[in-house]
Amino acid sequence: MTFVPDFGDDSSDRKICFIASKGTLDMVYPSLVMANAALGEGIETHIFFTFWGLDIVTKKHMDNLQFTWLGNTAMHPQGKKLHMPQGMAGLPGMTAVATKMMKKQIADLDVPEVPEFVQMIADAGGHLWACKMSVDMMGLTKDDMIPEVEDIISATDFIELSDGGQIVFT
Amino acid sequence: MPVITIAGNEVTVDDEGFMTDSTKWNEDMAKELAANIGIELTDAHWQVIKFLREDYAQQGETPMLRRVSNVGGVPTKELFQLFPKKPAKKMAYIAGVPKPQGCV
Repeated sequence: MTFVPDFGDDSSDRKICFIASKGTLDMVYPSLVMANAALGEGIETHIFFTFWGLDIVTKKHMDNLQFTWLGNTAMHPQGKKLHMPQGMAGLPGMTAVATKMMKKQIADLDVPEVPEFVQMIADAGGHLWACKMSVDMMGLTKDDMIPEVEDIISATDFIELSDGGQIVFT
Repeated sequence: MPVITIAGNEVTVDDEGFMTDSTKWNEDMAKELAANIGIELTDAHWQVIKFLREDYAQQGETPMLRRVSNVGGVPTKELFQLFPKKPAKKMAYIAGVPKPQGCV
């Protein structure tokens, strides 16, 4: 008797398209982690970088994304039933401190920093797209982005390419 | 759990078909497991399988793709060529180690 896992090679026509719209360190990971997981499952995967999400694939910014808990009331010291005071987040230098702490926590989990993560996703066959309106608004060109970005496309182009796929907005 | 015969060895597998005891694995079984999912093992495959088994023995958990790439030294692109579509699961299946559990 044979007992072979069903790796679903022939049946998988699933497609997932992520929209990455945020550029704060905490908000870039959801689409990167899920896109990477989808690729590992053999699923056709696209990420559309729009608005602040463009920073994820912009050479100048991708290695320097920041985190602040300003406006985020769910920020607790690990394991404590305390909220970090909102006013404290606005103090000079606090964003740098919070960013450093979050980067350490992510690294402790053996999860890569953003540039390596994006490269991993591209190497795994993920398709990366930049939003035309955002690129124009921020005065960027394709040269400002890593070469793994396949093209700068319009909203209509994205709707076309996501036909039949699942769309996840982050 | 089901007991099946792989390359003449009786082993226990989980509900999906992954071996539950990696110590019962041998190279002949790897060839048969690979053939089951349409893969013919080359030297490049063996390098990955050996890394997976050594790392599992040391760490107690199946490495994710990033670790196979960074520590095992086989680039991500190549892993997707060697074990198409679902590399992490396929290489674990052939190497006789549990299905990987991590997120990244």
